[in-house]
Amino acid sequence: MGNDSTVSTDPSPPVISLRDAELRFGDRVLWHDLDLDVEPGEFIAVLGPNGTGKTSLLKVLLGQHSLSTGSARINGKNVHTGNSAIGYIPQQRGIDQHTPMRGRDLVRMGIDGHRWGPGRLSRVRRRKVDELLAAVGAADYADAPAGTLSGGELQRLRVAQALANDPSVLLCDEPLLSLDLHHQNVVAGLLHDQRVKRNTSVVFVTHEINPILPYVDRVLYIVGGHFLVGTTAEVMTSASLTSLYGSPVEVVRVGGRLIVVGGEAECVDHHIHDDDSTVERGAI
Amino acid sequence: MSVQDIFGSLFTFEDYGELVALLTNSLIAAGLLGVVGGLISVFVMARDIPFAVHGISELSFAGAAFALLVGFDVVSGSIIGSIIAALIIGIGGARASEKNAIIGVLMPFGLGLAILFLALYDGRAASKFGLLTGQIVAITPGQITTLVVCSLVVLLVLAVIWRPLMFASLDPEVARAKGVPVSVLTVVFMLTLGLAVALSVQVVGVLLVLALLITPAAAATQLSASPVWVPVLSVIFAVTSSVGGILIALGSPVVPISPFVTTISFLIYLVCRLVGQRRMKHLHRRRTARAADEHEKTVSPA
Repeated sequence: MGNDSTVSTDPSPPVISLRDAELRFGDRVLWHDLDLDVEPGEFIAVLGPNGTGKTSLLKVLLGQHSLSTGSARINGKNVHTGNSAIGYIPQQRGIDQHTPMRGRDLVRMGIDGHRWGPGRLSRVRRRKVDELLAAVGAADYADAPAGTLSGGELQRLRVAQALANDPSVLLCDEPLLSLDLHHQNVVAGLLHDQRVKRNTSVVFVTHEINPILPYVDRVLYIVGGHFLVGTTAEVMTSASLTSLYGSPVEVVRVGGRLIVVGGEAECVDHHIHDDDSTVERGAI
Repeated sequence: MSVQDIFGSLFTFEDYGELVALLTNSLIAAGLLGVVGGLISVFVMARDIPFAVHGISELSFAGAAFALLVGFDVVSGSIIGSIIAALIIGIGGARASEKNAIIGVLMPFGLGLAILFLALYDGRAASKFGLLTGQIVAITPGQITTLVVCSLVVLLVLAVIWRPLMFASLDPEVARAKGVPVSVLTVVFMLTLGLAVALSVQVVGVLLVLALLITPAAAATQLSASPVWVPVLSVIFAVTSSVGGILIALGSPVVPISPFVTTISFLIYLVCRLVGQRRMKHLHRRRTARAADEHEKTVSPA
């Protein structure tokens, strides 16, 4: 069910292309028959309860998990580890205040952290880091130890780090988690601005669609092995989600925000602890 | 006994110049170990694994004690012991808590083995004591060569893997996404750490390895977060401790080297910590100021 039926008429090839993709851990199928094309510059939100394989989808695209069947391509090439076409923003982790890393070092590692050797000081690289810092508005605290930065400041740096190698797609794993409402909006807006400027696709795994609601082109909603792909208007309706969850779900629009009520019972059955560590909150 | 008497019995500084000349090799080795310790300790801090250093040193002790018992080279014994420990810890647990448990299990086992080997050994008692408290002054020219070669190997490996290892230590998820072989680097680093521990055991002994492999970077990170300054300061601190410790100990016929090394190392940390506290206060004030600025901007958009 729920296959994406829209055939692209755009001449530019899709950045991400999944065909008949199935992911299983042992005898547990997380999702199957997933067909998805993500166009250049497209912003796609991946929603669903915990353990439905949202983070695992990102790991497939990163080449860290293998599909059990089907294919996953990025820019027409099979997914592989160390793909420079990908910028990755991981779930936020606390950083100790004495960690030997400044804000600018986090960004710099996105440029050349994976290369061998001790690395030399380079004016070109420094200018590149400064440009990235300026683009996300992080120049003020670039030289502060990363461990002394606020969550919002760190996420700006994460965006700059992920953009470092001019990727064609940004994979974001709950980048707004543990931010207050204001900073959720700030970081979401920043991601949107950058993808528009650079025509970078964004795959955004989240529990909370509201901060990104104005920017999202399409939604991939996964529940217990089934999924729906479509525009927000198509997917985020009571009828669509009720049939997806197989139990009554109501989607209410309140003051420009979407509130999803119900649907918790279903996710208990399919709860697999892979990489998601947060508690499902029912409202999405 | 007055303080003067105690001081007099601890230090004589007789024939100091000749002693220094005699021990040039030991001083060079200690300086080199300072460089190794200073650099390795940066990663020990970045990866937050001081406990692993201690665990490895106890198995290094067991290896050295076994070598002593069977009449094998003690330096090689301690290297073998610490590399086995480093491998077990490096491969054993993926999560930090798991790693700590494995180290906690290994440590008493290693120490128990060492005590057994020493109990069976009926040679000179000073050799036993040397393992615990360091013995670089009593080391043979052949062993010094081993130390120098191993130190150079550690430095070379570190130079090659420096950037990806730093990336993997500070930001493992993104490093993995960028294709950095995070797990392989962990094992390579643990082997390097094992070697460094075994080498440092020769200077400060099993019990005090932490003074050369943790304290230098712990002190340096109080002062800076720069990827250039932290290793530089850390090396300066470690070399000051190791070489300075020997130079002071030469003036004393009774006290071994290690207390001087650990005391210098501790004092450096203490000073850095005091300076670092002021620095942290300043940094936190700056953060509060930035938050206030941002709040003002959102409340009254220009």
